[in-house]
Amino acid sequence: MPSIPPWLWKTIATLTTISVTLLGLLFVTFMIGRVMPIDPVLAVIGERATQAQYNDTFIALGLDRPLLVQFWIYVRDALHGDFGQSIRTGQDVSSDIARVFPATFELATLGTIFGVVIGVPLGVLAAVRRGTWIDQVARFVGLIGYSMPIFWLGLVGLLVFYGILGWVSGPGRVGIFYQGIVEPITGMLLVDSLLRGEWDVFKSAFSHIILPASLLGYFSLAYISRMTRSFMLEQMNSEYIITARVKGLSEWQVVWGHAFRNIRIQLITVIALAYANLLEGSVLTEIIFAWPGIGQYITTSLLANDMNAVLGGTIVIGSIFVGINIFSDLLYRFFDPRAK
Amino acid sequence: MSDTQNLREWLLSDQPSSRRHAVLSSWYIGWLRFRSNTLAMVGLGVLIFLILAAIFAPLLATDDPFAQDLGQRLLRPGTDGHIFGTDGLGRDIYSRILYGARISLYIVLLVMMVAPLLGLIVGTVAGYAGGWIDIILMRITDIFLAFPRLILALAFVAALGAGIENAVLAISLTAWPPYARIARAETLTIRNSDYIHAIWLQGAGPLRIVTRHIWPLCISSLVVRVTLDMAGIILTAAGLGFLGLGAQPPSPEWGAMISDGRAYILDSWWVATIPGLAIFSISLAFNLLGDGLRDVLDPKDSGS
Repeated sequence: MPSIPPWLWKTIATLTTISVTLLGLLFVTFMIGRVMPIDPVLAVIGERATQAQYNDTFIALGLDRPLLVQFWIYVRDALHGDFGQSIRTGQDVSSDIARVFPATFELATLGTIFGVVIGVPLGVLAAVRRGTWIDQVARFVGLIGYSMPIFWLGLVGLLVFYGILGWVSGPGRVGIFYQGIVEPITGMLLVDSLLRGEWDVFKSAFSHIILPASLLGYFSLAYISRMTRSFMLEQMNSEYIITARVKGLSEWQVVWGHAFRNIRIQLITVIALAYANLLEGSVLTEIIFAWPGIGQYITTSLLANDMNAVLGGTIVIGSIFVGINIFSDLLYRFFDPRAK
Repeated sequence: MSDTQNLREWLLSDQPSSRRHAVLSSWYIGWLRFRSNTLAMVGLGVLIFLILAAIFAPLLATDDPFAQDLGQRLLRPGTDGHIFGTDGLGRDIYSRILYGARISLYIVLLVMMVAPLLGLIVGTVAGYAGGWIDIILMRITDIFLAFPRLILALAFVAALGAGIENAVLAISLTAWPPYARIARAETLTIRNSDYIHAIWLQGAGPLRIVTRHIWPLCISSLVVRVTLDMAGIILTAAGLGFLGLGAQPPSPEWGAMISDGRAYILDSWWVATIPGLAIFSISLAFNLLGDGLRDVLDPKDSGS
């Protein structure tokens, strides 16, 4: 019998990790759904139903079966993308999420782009010019980013840039006159309005998204620049950098051609994690900016005691989070020979 | 003068005469290193200030933090003796901030008691027992580590009901995994050292070895990590308060106060801005303190 090749072994191990983690996520949400003080039957039929109706629904919801069987059904439904119906909107939770998710995706993506475009060069500069003013600036930016409540910064941003200066538009995704003009293609308004050639809608959408996106971008900038700096410092202190300098390479070549090349993989991991964090961080930002994304969906459902919607949203964000985590881990192992 | 000089010399002596002497002098040397870090001292100062403010809130407050006075609503900071102005119900913001410090520190203390202990138990048991127990416990830890913290806390609070204690429980349930990892890593390095074998040969059981001989060595790296995490925990707690899932009104929790001020942000900026500054100062203080402690207690990963 031929022995199992190592790559196959690794693939099996990774797939097991993914499925165990996702199963764990489902188990946690399942348990949360079970311990909550709201009676799931009453949530469906209302408080005035008769005992007979109560019993029927109790059985229809499968609550009379053993917990393990219920969990099995729950997992099976979730794998089919069925998270039940939302009591608040009266629609399937999965179709609700599919509707609101692009807004969050758009916001988090733009935020991450800001974070990368500013954070990476800032981190590199801070490491190369260690101890100078630019290093202090980078440190200060990071420290503020780690200590500031994001929802508060959002409010202050609205006050300053919308209320006082009037540079950007206020809460919401697009101006009231432009709502519903663009037929969704991807669900991302910036992309859709460009594809449809609706230039005015694009301008309005852009002036709405710029503030929340730069806000989220600031938080990922804080993280990305800090990590970039420490990765770069490690490289800049290595001996091959001295060799490169002795060879007479320009400082630009040394920094970007040698040191930066070696941190690319680590950096992609960090950016992936920052992105996952932004998807989560957008919950509070969406509330402040009345942004119709998944964060707002979860919170509104939560306040309406709509547990199916809350748990469905939790599973979706959780799975993306898990997926990005594992993806960055794999990427790291694949590209970095030392990790093998 | 010569007394303090003697004390200093005694503390810095390189030949300690007793165990207590050695312990005190190592604390003193740590303190000297910590003291040279200006930013960390600033963090410590802010934190002590906030603790004092919380303790003496009844003496320092100028008004009852719950007393409404609709005739005095939305006064600008500085008017009529309201240093930070009044909120939408005419309550004095300065007094509410002071009482809010109590709530924030209460949350910090509760999380500090629950999450690191949970992580310590899971991590040391996994590291010491090894084998299947290790694999299972660490798998569970990884699962929790892979969860988005705020979202999971939201779901927990949704199930348990809103309130400070439930918010703390939810935060602790999402905050322990990193501590478990640290504790396990420390345990693995200590487990096979000679002194553990020696204690084992003297007949100490696993419980005694773990709690008496492994835990104390995990404490310093945990303290650093907990302090650095505290900022994030405060922000999460404030976020839950802001969403209306943490402390309930009329409690003067800072996150909830920001939420109250949201309605008036364009006309009366101070209502939301001042509690935000309070949250910012406490989490900044914890970040600065954590950086300083890391340099003293855990020099191997200091982020220079």
